Amino acid sequence: MDAKRAIELAIIANKVRKHALTGVYNAQSGHPGGSLSIADVLTLLYFEVMNVDPKDPQNPDRDRFVLSKGHTAPALYGTLAERGYFPVEDIAGLRSIGSYLQGHPVLNKIPGIDMSTGSLGQGVSVAGGMALAAKLDKKDYRVYSILGDGELEEGQVWEQAMFAPHYKLDNFTIFVDNNGLQIDGDITKVMNPTPIDEKFKAFGWNVIIADAHNFEELYNAIEAAKACKGKPTAVIMKSVKGKNVSFMENNAAWHGSAPNEEQYNQAIAELDAKIAELEAML
Amino acid sequence: MGKTATRISYGNALVKYGDNENIVVLDADLSKSTKTDTFKKVYPERFINCGIAESNMMCVAAGLATTGKTVFASTFAMFAAGRAFEQIRNSIGYPELNVKIGATHAGISVGEDGASHQCLEDIALMRSIPTMVVINPADDIEAQLAVKAAIDHKGPVYMRFGRLAVEDVNGPDYKFELGKGVQLKDGSDVTIIATGLMVQEGLKAAEMLEAEGISARVINIHTIKPIDEEIITKAAKETGAIVTAEEHYIMGGLGSAVTEVVCANAPCPVKIIGTDRYGKSGKPAELFKEYGLTAENIVAKAKEAMALKK
Repeated sequence: MDAKRAIELAIIANKVRKHALTGVYNAQSGHPGGSLSIADVLTLLYFEVMNVDPKDPQNPDRDRFVLSKGHTAPALYGTLAERGYFPVEDIAGLRSIGSYLQGHPVLNKIPGIDMSTGSLGQGVSVAGGMALAAKLDKKDYRVYSILGDGELEEGQVWEQAMFAPHYKLDNFTIFVDNNGLQIDGDITKVMNPTPIDEKFKAFGWNVIIADAHNFEELYNAIEAAKACKGKPTAVIMKSVKGKNVSFMENNAAWHGSAPNEEQYNQAIAELDAKIAELEAML
Repeated sequence: MGKTATRISYGNALVKYGDNENIVVLDADLSKSTKTDTFKKVYPERFINCGIAESNMMCVAAGLATTGKTVFASTFAMFAAGRAFEQIRNSIGYPELNVKIGATHAGISVGEDGASHQCLEDIALMRSIPTMVVINPADDIEAQLAVKAAIDHKGPVYMRFGRLAVEDVNGPDYKFELGKGVQLKDGSDVTIIATGLMVQEGLKAAEMLEAEGISARVINIHTIKPIDEEIITKAAKETGAIVTAEEHYIMGGLGSAVTEVVCANAPCPVKIIGTDRYGKSGKPAELFKEYGLTAENIVAKAKEAMALKK
């Protein structure tokens, strides 16, 4: 990926962040911190990597994506809207009665959503099932999933961690959003899931460590995952919770609380400034 | 009439109806007991062992189903409906995926393994999932046809099979209709509504009542959800007293489902026969006797229900 494309993607990702915050602000509930930390990888997947078509969201040969950390739906909705699956304006209705944009992703009701998630640990298993389906049907679509680092505390994650290498699901790539924070604080203090990379290696995965906010590095990790045969890949993404909104960065308090009007306006102003800065680089 | 454990019927039906390339069967290291190994022998390429990891298995089943497959996921009832309840609820029921849960070793007829393995809550748990169909077949042919019906039905289905060999209730020409109860014997004084292996006991009880001059109707409810409201309401109106019988906890199972219908449509006395506590080790016949899952107890409760008639 060239530097120019990385800048273009960074601009889109910051628009996605704005959409996510707008949804959470309007709903006065939701999960901004982890939404902001995964905006870059979601943008990369939907705008550069995945074989998907917003006009044909049910195409059986498409690549699949499962947001195992389903509470960060605002970022996924923002990405899907920006990609053209549904109108950006609809995000304003997030979490409200009458809106199809539920608090957590839901299958069959939201264009572009490949699986209902929200209960941690389940999405990654479902994604493994999709990857297995591709193998059984001898199809070459790929399956991607994002997990939280706190989510790794769910035992079911490790059931799938055994499953995917056992069935040699090399069409399966997971991203661990390693922002180091969960609701109750520092992941190593709440229930230490580290060392994450060594655990996945021991379970038989191809493990790559990457900067969650560096498009070229993430893109190269995905390319390396595609090239790796016989093993699934776990990309451990070093990320910043609340990325690109100064007062939300690295603060667990923003895991699941909505900004007030003043905070929202400041966040949008900061993201607009970031976008302007990036556009000036093009 | 033959004697077959419905788990055997399940394995045979998977082979019988499993020639469809779209069908995938999953198990959690119990394929020899759940009898999915019968399918595995014929279609090894479409059998996936998930190891002892039921939560993951249910979600893998969901993932496969999102791609259009019809997926059977099997383990003991305790570890399907019990351990993996939330996976079934959130990853199969909520997205309405085409996953068929083949749960074997349900009820106290598991016998010697004892309470930890005798699932007596599964009907209640599965019935509480809005999109779930719940089937509890009584014999071999019904179990096989339930598998066929599950394949034909689009959406999640829970099928409850037993470990113990049970006598045939239905003849070879039996037609299975999802959601429809089966009246096995007409009667006017009381109705015995039974499910699973208690249907056989219900028929025996009706004979015993007949000998005492009491006319008992017998209804087999194989589909506990959606339940056949019509046949139950008609029985309540025409006989005015009901006794239900199931190899399940008295709360939340067939008895609860029947009372929900009766109370809403045609109130009449309903006595519920089922277990009222955890199971324990023992031979199935000994356990049935100790827990009151017998024709004799059905007779006694039928009389109690009749005595309450206005």
